[in-house]
Amino acid sequence: MQITMMVNGAIVTRDVEPRLLLIHFLRDDLGLTGSHWGCDTSNCGACVVWLDETPVKSCTVLTPMADGRRVLTVEGLARNGQLDPVQEGFAECHGLQCGFCTPGMMMTARWLLDHNPDPSAAEIREAISGQACRCTGYENIVRSIRWAAEQEAAGRADGAPPGAGGSPPGAGGAAPGAAG
Amino acid sequence: MSGAADPRRDGFGSIRRKEDARFIRGKGTYVDDVQLPGMLHGAILRSPLAHARIVSVDTAAAEAHPKVEAVITGQSLAGAGLAWMPTLSQDAQAVLATDKVRFQGQEVAFVVAQDRYSARDALELIHVEYEPLPCVIDAGRALEPGVPVIRDDLPGKTDNHIFDWEAGDKAATDAVFASADVVVSQDMLYPRSHPAPLETCGMVADMDSVTGRLTVWSTSQAPHAHRTLFALVAGLPEHKIRVVSPDLGGGFGNKVPIYPGYICAIVGSMRTGRPVKWVEDRSENLMSTSFARDYHMHGEIAATADGRVLGVRARVLADHGSFNATAQPTRYPAGFFHIFTGSYDLRAAHCQVTAVYTNKAPGGVAYSCSFRITEAVYLVERMMDLLARELGMDPAELRMKNLLRPEQFPYTGPTGWQYDSGDYPRALALAMDIAGYPGLRREQAEKRARGEYMGIGISFFTEGVGAGPRSHMDILGLGMADGATLRVHPTGTAVLGVSCQTQGQGHETTFAQIVAHELGMSPDDVEVVHGDTDRTPFGLGTYGSRSTPVSGAAAVMAARKVRERARIVAGAMLEVSPDDLEWADGRWQVRGDPGQGAGIAEIAMAAHSSLELPPGVEGHLDAEAVYNPPNLTFPFGAYICVTDVDPVTGQVSVRRFIAVDDCGVRINPMIVEGQVHGGLADGIGMALMQVIAFDLDGNCLGGSFMDYLLPTSVECPSWELGQTVTPSPHHPIGAKGIGESATVGSPPAIVNSVLDALAPFGVRHADMPLTPANVWSAVQGRPLRTDLAIP
Repeated sequence: MQITMMVNGAIVTRDVEPRLLLIHFLRDDLGLTGSHWGCDTSNCGACVVWLDETPVKSCTVLTPMADGRRVLTVEGLARNGQLDPVQEGFAECHGLQCGFCTPGMMMTARWLLDHNPDPSAAEIREAISGQACRCTGYENIVRSIRWAAEQEAAGRADGAPPGAGGSPPGAGGAAPGAAG
Repeated sequence: MSGAADPRRDGFGSIRRKEDARFIRGKGTYVDDVQLPGMLHGAILRSPLAHARIVSVDTAAAEAHPKVEAVITGQSLAGAGLAWMPTLSQDAQAVLATDKVRFQGQEVAFVVAQDRYSARDALELIHVEYEPLPCVIDAGRALEPGVPVIRDDLPGKTDNHIFDWEAGDKAATDAVFASADVVVSQDMLYPRSHPAPLETCGMVADMDSVTGRLTVWSTSQAPHAHRTLFALVAGLPEHKIRVVSPDLGGGFGNKVPIYPGYICAIVGSMRTGRPVKWVEDRSENLMSTSFARDYHMHGEIAATADGRVLGVRARVLADHGSFNATAQPTRYPAGFFHIFTGSYDLRAAHCQVTAVYTNKAPGGVAYSCSFRITEAVYLVERMMDLLARELGMDPAELRMKNLLRPEQFPYTGPTGWQYDSGDYPRALALAMDIAGYPGLRREQAEKRARGEYMGIGISFFTEGVGAGPRSHMDILGLGMADGATLRVHPTGTAVLGVSCQTQGQGHETTFAQIVAHELGMSPDDVEVVHGDTDRTPFGLGTYGSRSTPVSGAAAVMAARKVRERARIVAGAMLEVSPDDLEWADGRWQVRGDPGQGAGIAEIAMAAHSSLELPPGVEGHLDAEAVYNPPNLTFPFGAYICVTDVDPVTGQVSVRRFIAVDDCGVRINPMIVEGQVHGGLADGIGMALMQVIAFDLDGNCLGGSFMDYLLPTSVECPSWELGQTVTPSPHHPIGAKGIGESATVGSPPAIVNSVLDALAPFGVRHADMPLTPANVWSAVQGRPLRTDLAIP
């Protein structure tokens, strides 16, 4: 079947099997290998991407369910070559080791900071509790997200242009025509 | 040598990781990210039964599937002599079953198809007729007369016995026990667990039929060892094999062995003439690849009435599953379990290990265990707590009284280990200080008085890591030395090739820092190459916390060779004798005239120029080294865990975890702390959540993340770390391994904490994992058997 969706701000149209999982569509058909597959059962969260405004586990989303909708992946987090503060935070605070869970963690972190710009450590832990990291023991992921929150707060205080540190494009863009 | 040093001057310090630039952009390259033109996809048909004879395998319908390119069975592999492969423990393991299946999830057939989904579809078209056999699941019954013989493929095999092994002095230990005031004993299980890296195992195999060259991209922690083993197993010439281990999504030991899927992918590429990708799914990973632990232990400890520990004794029944595929130094079939004397000054010790086959997945040494030191530390640290309770002593006081003293190092223990360096009382005192230990005990007493149950658990561990000396450590005859090559370009930047393989440990940064430290460079100017056998020197890879102790030392030695070459060139540049130069401030300087000197970049350009060099000096600065460690390094630590336990629901909450680690000199303290954090989370998983259990029919009860529970951010507290630094005297920069310390040290602290909380209920011991159901049952006086579902 033919589906059309906006992925990281670009409209894509493809013929897919109805059973194709979104994670496989992104990785194998579009070559967006930043999102990872880890468990099949929605437990690990290595596959988290945004569907419209919401982080979803793309191993349990059928590709046709994204027809007419917007998908944002880790490849769409940076804007104009500028890393998202969440990305900077993970590098600054050693929030990753093997890097396999990192894209999914960052997508959830971005969503959290859009909705709660000043989260406590407990709120961060709650937000990422549906995702597994086998390397970091979570401590530095929490610090990374706090670091990003503080950077964004400092940016707002400095009168940075609106949107800096907010949702990237593709999240806020217009839905493609073939809305289903 | 402190971690606070300016990284630009001496290379060491907490600098950002070089590898993160790609990972935070989603630009890492893991095996499943590899896409080759014309690539096919493989999938494995697995046994639903734990023990059954294969009557027939009918692949006709699968072969007729329009997108299927090949179907491979055990019979078709047998024709090429590939139906069985050697394990890392000199046993044989079926690649694809021919005669019987011996565990649930065993590999039976392999389908190669045009896409991922069609390969899976075709599996359902293969019809296998099985004749079910009774199975052996309870290791404790594996040696009983009349039980089924699992390995009837082995000539003359009439039982399920694998080996008996012992260490220590039995007679001396018996004598110590006979004269002791107090003897405490306890049965305990270190249950079967699984490393469960987020990235499962997989391979892309590409056999070029024209050149005969095989390239594999694989999830391998030991690419060079795998290349050699592929050559030995498949009879391929080793110089025609290239193993690329790209970014790995964690390993923790899971990616040390060679799995049947790898052989299938290679054979699939040979049969089809096209690249074949095989990536297992999560259930396949949990059910068939290397498990860890599964040690049924009986521990005994002997002491004087005033708490002087005299000796320890252990009897172990080791469940190795259906093939003996543990990955450890060949001469140590029980790994380094005989370090179970721990960190204490005692007179005698003896352990005896018996290993058996059961109808479970093969494996045994995996999951950050430092070759069974997890089990050893758990045993002795549980026994110390039980002894403290028997004597009515505080467990911290008992440990402090018996810890080895700094002046005893180097210390040779009763089972032969020579601990290189340590200051144990200092580490324990620091942990108690961070914890506020006396205050915690007061709080505990107050809470108990009002019916609240908090626990305080301590563990003190010593590991032996960095295997190992070639004189007595090898894997399948391959000595455990590692190489490093260092090329210094004319403009003064460098490329270091190492044989170890990062799975997230940050080698691209740490190893650049080592070279920078030795040569007065910036880590930014050192590129680290790893994970490609065509571009790196031979070595045995990364596991057992051996990268910094072995490969790190090789990198140091290569850099020091470069430095000595640079000295000769600098002498020619400065027109002085090399003997008149001294290495100071990261450059060669004329002794007594520090203004006269040259750094490595200037020297490198001169080394490649037309500068006249002394006779016999070839120019260039490149060097290589092979490091054969004289001994293991012995990191240690003191851990304290504070839990709150609800005896009504059985819920355990880890409130605080204090970890003081001593891994010698820290190259990048940020990375070291990250390693500790991850291992502490592993400890929560093992102590409270994870187990690969079975029912009596051999059905695996931990075959997905719905059942095999990984610790998440809400089970983990904010870790409280401390450090002491006792350099290793034999490592060239005084470093010790750190990768597994916390995984080894944390489970007993957590279990001791929970059992401390439950002491008012008279609970003496309960096995991991201390799930709510298990804790609740323990409070009722009947702790669960956690490895078996018994109806």
